[in-house]
Amino acid sequence: MNPQDLTHFATLLKARTGIEVDAQKDYLVQSRLATIAGTAGHESVDDLLRAIRTAPDERVLEAAIDAMTTNETLFFRDQTPFDHLRKIVLEPARRKGGTVRIWSAACSTGQEPYSIAMLWEEVAHHLPGVRLEIMATDYSNACLTKARAGIYSAFEVQRGLPVQKLMKHFEPDGPNWRVKDNLRQSITWRRHNLLDNPAAMGRFDVIFCRNVLIYFDRATRSKVFDNLNGQLKDDGYLILGASENVMGVTERFRGDASSPGLYVKTGLAAPMPRAVGA
Amino acid sequence: MTNFLVVDDSGVIRKIARKMLEELGFAVAEACDGVDAIKACESAMPDAILLDWNMPNMDGITFIRALREKPEGEAPKVVFCTTESDFSHISAALEAGANEYIFKPFDMDTLRDKLSMAGVAA
Ligand SMILES: C[S@@+](CC[C@H](N)C(=O)[O-])C[C@H]1O[C@@H](n2cnc3c(N)ncnc32)[C@H](O)[C@@H]1O
Repeated sequence: MNPQDLTHFATLLKARTGIEVDAQKDYLVQSRLATIAGTAGHESVDDLLRAIRTAPDERVLEAAIDAMTTNETLFFRDQTPFDHLRKIVLEPARRKGGTVRIWSAACSTGQEPYSIAMLWEEVAHHLPGVRLEIMATDYSNACLTKARAGIYSAFEVQRGLPVQKLMKHFEPDGPNWRVKDNLRQSITWRRHNLLDNPAAMGRFDVIFCRNVLIYFDRATRSKVFDNLNGQLKDDGYLILGASENVMGVTERFRGDASSPGLYVKTGLAAPMPRAVGA
Repeated sequence: MTNFLVVDDSGVIRKIARKMLEELGFAVAEACDGVDAIKACESAMPDAILLDWNMPNMDGITFIRALREKPEGEAPKVVFCTTESDFSHISAALEAGANEYIFKPFDMDTLRDKLSMAGVAA
C-alpha cells in the first residue's frame, strides 16, 4: 500500500469521523475496503486509495469511510445500562409524568435503540402519563438502512436477546427476523455525525454514547463531550460503554464508582444515584 | 459443579458442545437421542440440558415433555440447540418448558450468553 495514499485517506477519515487508524494497521484498511474497491471498479485497495487521492469521487469516498466504521453491537449489550435506565430514569419518571427523551448517539445497526424500546414496552404499563421518545443516530448510512429495516439474521437475534423477547418483539421474515412495526415506529432515525453541532435535536434526559469514543483521540473525545453536554438536560444522564470514561478528557461530566458507566453533569444538582441493586 | 447433559444424535456436535461446555467449567455427560437421555436422567438428574430437536427414537420435544412429567423433571434448565428456527417450533419448545433456544450454527459467545439468560452457571 502506498504510504502517501494511505495517509491521505487516514487524514480524511479522521477529519470527517474522528476515527483514527494506526499506520501499523494497514491490514485493517485492506480488509475493510476490499469490497468497496471491487464494487467501485478498482483492481485493488491500493488502486482505490490512489483514486481517492488523485481523482476523488465523493460517493466512493463516503462508501470507503462508512466501511471503516466498526459496527459490532448486540441487543442489551452489557445489561447494566438498561438496568440503570429502568431504575434511575423510567421508574422515577412516574412521579413527574411527561415525556422522557432518549438519544442513542451511535446506534450502529439498531440493537441499542431497539433494546431501549423493548425495555420501554415492558415497563410502560406501570407508567401511565409518561411518554418515551427515542432518537437514534449514526454516521454510517449503511448501518442506518439496516437499523430502519429492523431485519436481523438468526445469528444476530440470538446475541444478547432472550428467546422470550425474540418471540414477543419480532416476526419471522424468511430465514431472518424482523422487529415488529410498533417497535420500529417508536424510534426516530437520523444520520448524525458526533463531531457536528447537535443543537437541532433538542435536549435529552438520557444520552447513550457507547463504544464509539474508543475510536477517537483525546481532543476529539473532548469535543464530543462538549457537544453531548449541550444536549443533555441539567438533571439528565450520560451513559458510556464499559471500557470508556471521562477521566483526563473532560471536566463536564462526573461519574461514580458505584454506578459504572453512568455520568451526570458536573456542578449541577442531579443526584448521583446508588448503583442498581445496591 | 454443574452437570450438563448434551443430547444430540450427531457425534460431532456432541464433541464440540462438550468442549465448549467444559471450557465454561461444566461437567458434561452425553446422550444420543431422547430415549438415551431419559435413561441418563433417571440414573442422575442433570442440572442443565442442551437439547437437539431432530433425533431418531425420540425427538427433543417429546423428550422435554416426558422430562417435565417426571418427579424432579422440572429442575433442569433446558436449552434447545437446533436448526429448527421457525416461530412454531420455538413456541412449542417454550410451551413444553424450555428455558432458552439456540439456533445452529452457534459460537462460544452465543452459548455463554444464552446459558446466562437461562440462569445456568458453572
Ligand atoms: C461499535 S458501534 C457501537 C454501537 C452501540 N452503541 C453499542 O454500544 O453496541 C460504533 C458506531 O459508531 C459509529 N460512529 C463512528 N464514528 C462516528 C461519528 N463521528 N459520528 C457518529 N457515529 C459514529 C459507527 O458508525 C458505529 O456504528
